[in-house]
Amino acid sequence: MKINTVSFLKKTAVSGLAVLTLAASFAGCGSGSSASSQGASSKGAASSQTSAAKSSVEITNVSYDPTRELYENYNKLFQKHWKEKTGQDVTIVQSHGGSGKQARSVLEGNEADVVTLALEGDINELEKGGLIEPGWVKEFPKNSAPYTSTIVFLVRKGNPKHIKDWDDVVKSGVEVITPDPKSSGGARWNFLAAWAYANKKYGDENKAKEFVKALYGNVSVLDTGARGATTTFVENKKGDVLLAWENEAFLSQKEHPDEFEIVTPSLSILAQPSVAVVDSVVKKRGTEAVAKEYLSYLYSDEAQKLEGENFYRPSDPEILKQFSKTFDLNLKLVNIDDDFGGWDAATKKFFADGAIFDQIYKKK
Amino acid sequence: MIELLQNAKRPEKGICDMTGFRFRPKSNRVVPGFGLSMGITITLLSLIVLIPLFSIFVVLSGIGWKEFIADITDSAVRATYSVSMTCALAAALIDSVFGLILAWILVRYRFPGRRLLDGLIELPFALPTAVAGISLTTLYSETGWIGSFFHRFGIKISYTRAGITIALIFIGIPFVVRSVQPVLEKLDSRYEEAAMMLGAGRFKTFVKVILPELLPALLTGFGLAFARGLGEYGSVVFIAGNIPYETQITPLIIMNKLEQFNYSSATAIAFVMIVFSFVVLFFINSLQFRVSKIAGGAGE
Repeated sequence: MKINTVSFLKKTAVSGLAVLTLAASFAGCGSGSSASSQGASSKGAASSQTSAAKSSVEITNVSYDPTRELYENYNKLFQKHWKEKTGQDVTIVQSHGGSGKQARSVLEGNEADVVTLALEGDINELEKGGLIEPGWVKEFPKNSAPYTSTIVFLVRKGNPKHIKDWDDVVKSGVEVITPDPKSSGGARWNFLAAWAYANKKYGDENKAKEFVKALYGNVSVLDTGARGATTTFVENKKGDVLLAWENEAFLSQKEHPDEFEIVTPSLSILAQPSVAVVDSVVKKRGTEAVAKEYLSYLYSDEAQKLEGENFYRPSDPEILKQFSKTFDLNLKLVNIDDDFGGWDAATKKFFADGAIFDQIYKKK
Repeated sequence: MIELLQNAKRPEKGICDMTGFRFRPKSNRVVPGFGLSMGITITLLSLIVLIPLFSIFVVLSGIGWKEFIADITDSAVRATYSVSMTCALAAALIDSVFGLILAWILVRYRFPGRRLLDGLIELPFALPTAVAGISLTTLYSETGWIGSFFHRFGIKISYTRAGITIALIFIGIPFVVRSVQPVLEKLDSRYEEAAMMLGAGRFKTFVKVILPELLPALLTGFGLAFARGLGEYGSVVFIAGNIPYETQITPLIIMNKLEQFNYSSATAIAFVMIVFSFVVLFFINSLQFRVSKIAGGAGE
């Protein structure tokens, strides 16, 4: 069989172009986010940047794993607030997942107007990528952390393994569930809390290393995210103790009232999940005002109360006191800046490839 | 599938023979417009397969040779290769045996619910892998329906390599069944009868007459299941404990590197996976080519 080469190439090129055009037109329709959208109006948001007096606006909040319930409630509150303030309907698209994964998706083009992630370090990556302007930490009060949390232990009813403090977690025969610090923000807080405890107790880094090595020797499942670890512990009934976000622990207890107990260790870490406006996206979409208000309203009294009700520690000390029955306010907390020299230093020392976390897993 | 491909080459001859004269002298292909279809093929292939693969090489070219070697030979990474390969291999082998039996039952026997069973085979393709992963994990965990039974004997399945293998068996089984089934359907039962008449027992008939005919298809199924198992991520992350050196699979460590914004290491490891998969598939293809040549030669 012989084919005229020139005409073949011509035909190929033409039909190739045709397919490309077709593909481009498809891509135009399908640029929406796969995340679930909340609120009354979901239409018309795409054209919002064209008209100034728009009746509705849409923003996307890319968040980390355990904040699902919090933002589900907060979004309703904010929708009401924004409607009263501007008469505009706002739709908030939520997206949840492991903090690192979420940051990466934004970095790679998932258009988030605001990010509410587990780690300052993850938002720093967006700053390095040029999406967020430097100095974002000071844009909102309290280092852009409207609520805080900490790391506690969730154990099975009756605490059969008598877990009271970090020392009990490293005992042999105790099965521990915690996510992988390589992929989960919450897991990094877990690791640092354990480290802080050991370092304070022994005052020696090598001993602290031994301590966390023993701890991770007891870990039977390293899920990729905090919610996955909770599922493993709560639904699949694996393990004796879950190192958990305080809010995750309370939530599990609320959903399964007779199955779990929360144990607060003698020392833990002040986890400050950070929030930031993604400057490059809001400028492009014209959503700067609503995005800023969305985050600053997190500091309002109503929102702070809502955060407390969802088991996050409100950053407002007065409102936090109202929740003294829920939270152990006497818990001694270390924090990332004073005790670890900030996230950049901590990441380098503990979680980078070949750093301490990798070393404790080196082959025995 | 293979059967179809093989047949596809023949009709030109058949048509000419039937009609007795050659019409359409310029082209005697069934699909109209070779240029058009080739154009579409190349464009789509480029958009979906070639350009993404090529991008890996582009990223790789920015990594130094030393870094590349260090990335792909890191001890934790090497451990994932062995986990991924042993589990995928075990799963593909089990799939081959089990899939062959399944295809045999579907083709050779008539029983109520056969069509339903036949339809169910594709389910692992349609089901989101996460759903499969989560349900398998729950079933096989120490407190699950099946897992609790094994737990009595001290056998753990979820969160071990056995669990990974089970997830891979699940996603790989359709490949084997659907490769073997059409060949088995076409297999002339007269050969078996002849073998029996000539005094071969059941076992001998199976090994000497049926198996050689099925082997090329079985190899295809095996290769597909194995390759798929190497790359599977969605279902495995749930059922694997993801413990370094024990139950971390290679796709997971690639994801981990990405989540630490370490694009270059992720790409380097991905490259190793691509090369390995290619070698495996190439090897199986050439093996299959040889086998079918032998089988074809003996048959005709």
